Amino acid sequence: MLEIRFHGRGGQGAVVASKMLAVAFFKEGKGVQSFPTYGAERRGAPVAAFIRVDDKPVLYHHNIYTPTHVVVLDPSLMERVDVTQGLKKGGFVLVNTKLAPTDFPDLEGFEVHVVDASGIAVKHGLGSPENPIVNTAVLGAFAKASGLVGLPAVLEAVKEESPIKVKANLAAAEEAYNKVT
Amino acid sequence: MKKVLMGNFAASHGVRLSRAQVISAYPITPQTHVVEELSAMVARGDLEAKFIKVESEHSALACCIAASVMGARAFTATSSHGLLLMHELLHWAAGGRLPIVMVAVNRAIAPGWNIWNEQTDTLSQRDTGWIQLYCASNQEILDTVIQAFRLAESVKIPVMVIYDAFILSHTYEPVDIPEQDTIDGFLPPLDNPEALKVGEARAFGSVTNPDFHMEFRIKMHNSYRRAMEEFEQVDRDYAALTGRGYGIVEPYRCDDADLIMVAAGSLAGPVRMVVDDLREKGIKAGRVKLKMFRPFPAAQLKEALKPAKKILVLDRNLSPGTGGIFAHEIRSAMKDDSRPIWGFVAGLGGRDITPELIASMFFDALGAEAPVSNTIFKGVRL
Repeated sequence: MLEIRFHGRGGQGAVVASKMLAVAFFKEGKGVQSFPTYGAERRGAPVAAFIRVDDKPVLYHHNIYTPTHVVVLDPSLMERVDVTQGLKKGGFVLVNTKLAPTDFPDLEGFEVHVVDASGIAVKHGLGSPENPIVNTAVLGAFAKASGLVGLPAVLEAVKEESPIKVKANLAAAEEAYNKVT
Repeated sequence: MKKVLMGNFAASHGVRLSRAQVISAYPITPQTHVVEELSAMVARGDLEAKFIKVESEHSALACCIAASVMGARAFTATSSHGLLLMHELLHWAAGGRLPIVMVAVNRAIAPGWNIWNEQTDTLSQRDTGWIQLYCASNQEILDTVIQAFRLAESVKIPVMVIYDAFILSHTYEPVDIPEQDTIDGFLPPLDNPEALKVGEARAFGSVTNPDFHMEFRIKMHNSYRRAMEEFEQVDRDYAALTGRGYGIVEPYRCDDADLIMVAAGSLAGPVRMVVDDLREKGIKAGRVKLKMFRPFPAAQLKEALKPAKKILVLDRNLSPGTGGIFAHEIRSAMKDDSRPIWGFVAGLGGRDITPELIASMFFDALGAEAPVSNTIFKGVRL
């Protein structure tokens, strides 16, 4: 069973990203579950969201303590939050950043992927430079970096789940798929 | 059509497909999405209903009672303190034999202020006369809402459809949304011959003297007993249409089980997974999922628990000084039975119940002849 944790800030779309990724896996016939942590969710505060993916329906309902992989929507979080907490051996961290994987010494020992999802989002008119909406770009990057879910399923999920700017969101996901390292 | 839906939205779709005519509610976390989505459905024209905004949960149920008295199919949703504020009107709706359906999302009761999951809110309403149905998945939420309207309208008793805060209410899972035609064939429009009509002199809720009141209550009591059989029929008919039925109780790997755990709500799935793990270790574990709590299915439970040498009950609720409420009811139903019953209480106020914690309960029972006390708290720092 796959367990993936998303780190973001309230209002950035971590919850939507986790849901969209669940939809993408579901499109490929997987059993899925997506849920956020609730409580002190405020705009800008650190939040986490989770998905479980399995070959059969997911019946578990407890918190995820030892994720298989981690996705970081906002690298500034990493000064305050240990994003690798509980991360399983062999797991990867996907970070939305302009920097290179080698710029994150704290992530040593883990496979690190990077994508400038903020830059891609702004380029496609998703949010503003101060507050880019990065979730669709990050999912495109996730498809390529993980190899766990195909781009067509991610695009289908983005198309279904984007309330507005569907074309821009699709383009952002596709560009991030091609640019992630 | 299969979609990945939040538990709360699964409830909204169930209400839409049931063609509720009057919806009245007051927002409260974690229920708010249910009626938010319904108000959007009404605004978009996906559901032809009157959505009535009110200033409290007490008024929300009062609206539903008035609508139901006039023969309309009425729905409300609430949680925790909202449900407790409705308490007086819960009795009114049941005493008035009104087929109202409500979604109640299990949330802890203050103080301390806590928005997370616990079942004490609905269980503390067990004597109001409402049927209570607990759900274990988002699919079951949607299906149970639809079943609830037919059950309520058939036995003239209001029904609470109950599920766990956040664990289901805010969690996304794949849900099959039936076609409207399918549900129309299952749930015909409500035709209540006892409804009040404009221009016809009838009374509702007038004074009943001592020479009538008791018979009213006995009729309620008897209909309540009949609700169990009626639910079985409703569940069979629904399964014939959709392929999904749930049963009043659902045993899992119980046939040769030495230890059987009873669990309700979203715990049913995790306990099932733990049972599979224990079976691989050679431990003969089983699980009984309790869907209906009111009326209490004593006979069905006893039947399901027959193979067990030891019985375990997992309660995410507490009657202070008494213990877990499910355990208390089950002990009462099994008073002539000499098998030991472990009453575990865990997960109050949203505390996580992990598979390891559930497994530790089985191991407790495995290693002892009888429980050390009537109520055993698990996953605590004491």
